[in-house]
Amino acid sequence: MGGGCGSFRGACVKILTGNDLKTGDVIWWTGNGWSRHVAEAVDVGEHGEAIAAAEEGARRVNVPYVISAEQGPDGPRPAHIKDRIRALGPTVRPDLSIRPADPNAGNWVI
Amino acid sequence: MYRYDEYDQQIVDTRVEEFRDQVNRRLAGEMTEDQFKPLRLMNGLYLQLHAYMLRVAVPYGVLSSRQMRMLAHVARKYDKGYGHFTTRQNIQYNWIKLADAPDILAELATVQMHAIQTSGNCIRNISSDQYAGAAADEVGDPRPYAELLRQWSTFHPEFTYLPRKFKIAVIGSEDDRAAIQLHDIGLQLRRNEEGTLGFRVYVGGGMGRTPMIAPVIRDFVPVEDYVSYLEACLRVYNRYGRRDNIYKARIKILVHEIGADEYRRQVEEEFLHVKQLGIDPPAAELERIAGFFADPAFEDGLADDVALDDPEFAAWVDQNTHAHKKPGYIIVNISLKPVDGIPGDASAEQIDIVADLAERYSFDEVRVTHAQNLVLPHVKKADLKTLWQQLKAAGLASANLDLVTDIIACPGLDYCSLANARSIPLAQDITRRFADPARQKDLGELKIKISGCINACGHHHAGHIGILGVDRKGEENYQLLLGGSGAEDASLAKIIGPGFTETGVVDALEKAIETYRTLRTPGERFLDTYRRVGIQPFKEAVYG
Amino acid sequence: MVESLRFRDDTPPDEPAVTLDSFLDQSNASAVRIEPGEDVRSLLPLIERLRLVEVDFPTFRDGRGYSAARILREAGYTGELRATGDVLVDQLPHMRRVGFDSFHPRTPLDGAAVERALGRYDYVYQAAADSRPPVWKLRHG
Repeated sequence: MGGGCGSFRGACVKILTGNDLKTGDVIWWTGNGWSRHVAEAVDVGEHGEAIAAAEEGARRVNVPYVISAEQGPDGPRPAHIKDRIRALGPTVRPDLSIRPADPNAGNWVI
Repeated sequence: MYRYDEYDQQIVDTRVEEFRDQVNRRLAGEMTEDQFKPLRLMNGLYLQLHAYMLRVAVPYGVLSSRQMRMLAHVARKYDKGYGHFTTRQNIQYNWIKLADAPDILAELATVQMHAIQTSGNCIRNISSDQYAGAAADEVGDPRPYAELLRQWSTFHPEFTYLPRKFKIAVIGSEDDRAAIQLHDIGLQLRRNEEGTLGFRVYVGGGMGRTPMIAPVIRDFVPVEDYVSYLEACLRVYNRYGRRDNIYKARIKILVHEIGADEYRRQVEEEFLHVKQLGIDPPAAELERIAGFFADPAFEDGLADDVALDDPEFAAWVDQNTHAHKKPGYIIVNISLKPVDGIPGDASAEQIDIVADLAERYSFDEVRVTHAQNLVLPHVKKADLKTLWQQLKAAGLASANLDLVTDIIACPGLDYCSLANARSIPLAQDITRRFADPARQKDLGELKIKISGCINACGHHHAGHIGILGVDRKGEENYQLLLGGSGAEDASLAKIIGPGFTETGVVDALEKAIETYRTLRTPGERFLDTYRRVGIQPFKEAVYG
Repeated sequence: MVESLRFRDDTPPDEPAVTLDSFLDQSNASAVRIEPGEDVRSLLPLIERLRLVEVDFPTFRDGRGYSAARILREAGYTGELRATGDVLVDQLPHMRRVGFDSFHPRTPLDGAAVERALGRYDYVYQAAADSRPPVWKLRHG
């Protein structure tokens, strides 16, 4: 296991994600609500499933699921590239990214 | 092209209201996602990586300029200004909101378009030859038969909950430009010895996890029986297709497991029964539909030559045009594969431009190809130069049809929640490496097809060179396959060896192509050389 | 909320439906229950005895029951044809078209939604087991 979760050597966390039911936007659980920005996602520890069930029942999220992430200086970085692409946007259309002006966004995904 | 009558329009309009009702019930919590999902899929609405994705049907790949303008409008108003043309001749929008979906479908209905059955375990869009009604090698135009099947399959009460998706393709020539042998059912219009018109019926082709080339189940079904015959084929599948394992649920698995002979026997038995039920539409209905596909008002005696003094124009004419059945006319292919572009994507502006060009130069008609390009089917040779100049100004004049940079690529991990790896950056890499037009021309016909996962939406099994993206211990990895073909000489590509990184697979591909250049005899395409020398020389070159 | 639906005028049969195997064994049963994988054609020689056929849908995604129903109607079965199990409002129109005339859904249905669903489409494209004319018949008579 060593020191850290992934290539950036941050702590391993569990974060909760899903889609907004009405808009389809990718959203992340912040502890008291849902945000489009993965940087605001909190570590849900062992409570992810319970929170997911409650939030989905209330229709505040659609198809939620828990993922592993690595805590970094800019917030959690999802362990799997698929969720990093969900977090940011298609790598081939940086203009459509959620942070189009960020030149480091590509490195963060890949 | 086909025009809805009041019945067609009512059905589509009613469907919009039904879907609006279903969406409202979902948003109000009266339906769970589990209950709603099959219903929204039957209206082509997926929940994808970034948002909902809507797949709009383009029946057998045919569009009017008015419909094209609506597609551009949808891209602008409800999406992020672009659409993606797919390997089943449809169009996809990637950034749709559920709350907007009913309104989008309502707008589409005003131009006789819909998203019915473009997903789900039902009969999907009927695909066809992009040169239908224009090419000289047709026995007959397949589109009326495709339209009849579209109606027959729409909301078919018995076949709405099949074991899995069901894809049908119809062509009218010996040359297969629609990959019919890689469909669940492929229909080839032909005449028997007596000169009667009918279909050769292929059943059980497909790609995905277990690619298969369809066997011929019936060499000849007369036109007046083909609907009953298809009912029989579908009923046997609905009753006996596997439902225990989603990866074994396509009809190709059933045909393979019980054998083509047994499947044929069961279909013939069912057909004898179904034939007596009177479900075949009368000949008058086919005639009515065929009337919409009569030739446009071609002019006679037009100039049949084209001035080719401009070398860039000449290269485009040479590569991207195809002979038309009428002297003085020509078929034009519009490449949606510019070097470094996203294969199959078109901006709203480009879609509008193509609509204008279709209206002005192609009797108002456009086609979508399963290779993710567009076609203007009926262009006067006299208009070719000015058309090309306008395409060029819009970034739509890449002279690369069927060349190494005319890559088929699924949306891949950049867009699709099923994907294991990204496919688009790989396509862009390859096109950049092979950008030089002289090099492309030298290599000749070379069909590269890239899929981001085993579901094979990029048709990699049918690529002269196929690439499959996989997940290898959490990292993107790519397998290289050689020797596939989706044409009438159908074959399945073979994997060459262990996988590569993204840069690695482009290097490997380049080595394979160099091997072809070294070994080829004059006139041989990559596929021909591969078939002649086998996989060994390529393996050695790539793995050393 | 509606627990069951019936579109017949005759008296509902009161015999419990037996399994297909039992039915084929017993000479006096008149009600049978079909599971998705069972071949409904084995009933055809005994169709005169039948007053009720129940076709179960353990999950609404399993569409085998639609073929079972239509095969029975095509063979001339005029008794009650009942869909049971995971039957939602959205499946009712297709189920009616393949010949079902009664429904015992696992979860009660909203009566208003049922009426809306069944009355929604004025036209159908293809011939099925019901009497609705396909559009091509309306076009050409």
